[in-house]
Amino acid sequence: MIRDTLVPLASGTIFGAGLTLGGMTDPARVRGFLDLFGDWDPTLAFVMGGAVLVMALAWAMQRKMLRPFFSDGFALPDRSDITPRLIGGSALFGIGWGIAGLCPGPGFAALAISPASAAIFVVAMLGGMLLVRLLEGQG
Amino acid sequence: MTLLDSSLPGFPDAAPLAGLTGGVLIGLAAALMLLGAGRIAGVSGIAARAFGLASGSQPRMGAWAFIIGLPLGAISVASLSDAAAPAFASPVTLAIAGVIVGIGTRLGSGCTSGHGVCGMSRLSQRSLVATATFMATGFATVAAMNALGIEVLP
Repeated sequence: MIRDTLVPLASGTIFGAGLTLGGMTDPARVRGFLDLFGDWDPTLAFVMGGAVLVMALAWAMQRKMLRPFFSDGFALPDRSDITPRLIGGSALFGIGWGIAGLCPGPGFAALAISPASAAIFVVAMLGGMLLVRLLEGQG
Repeated sequence: MTLLDSSLPGFPDAAPLAGLTGGVLIGLAAALMLLGAGRIAGVSGIAARAFGLASGSQPRMGAWAFIIGLPLGAISVASLSDAAAPAFASPVTLAIAGVIVGIGTRLGSGCTSGHGVCGMSRLSQRSLVATATFMATGFATVAAMNALGIEVLP
């Protein structure tokens, strides 16, 4: 129980700190990065580059491990099919990201920075997720 | 935080060192999730799991712990910084964007963290396609809004 909770809590906390330090919780910073054809702000490319580099090392370690340090086994995605759903959903996500300059992680993190604004975004996002679940008739 | 105030030639508003440091922290967080718990640190998927909007093998307590950690980490950094609080879009804009992000991330099975950080670094075909797609529509959305003179941030 504690093992199943402490690792995600620590991961989420470090994640939230990184998002904030990197500028992902600042919509102007994010929209500045997405303004590729205007007054472009490359900061988020450094955020993405740093994160991907560290994770590439982590994947190299993972391939040599039989099981995670604090869990019984790996539970990782194994799909490789490129579907219209994947592309259409990602296209929609990018539009929403561009409109307000927030994606899911920074939305939750910003609850500690600008609670009222972040809460509106987070509740609407959960509403969108609920809509997908209802329309697909899952459970 | 003066050490992190370095700038990039040609881009006076950029904060490359703060960006890189933040990115490394995000990578370490995702690495802890992968090597410690054996899972992908994909925020949209974990959020859906925490709020009962997705089935899966992840214990809901763990999903909640990760989600609660996000603002905890944010407040610890924000409290150390003397920077002004960032500006956010209007409530209506945030609500519209939020719904679109919620629908898109569920249909697309991930967001910036799951596809962009965890999947890309694994060279997952699906994540490479997803990330290229949401970056492209993100660029296009901001370009279109700027062309139409739609300003969302004060």
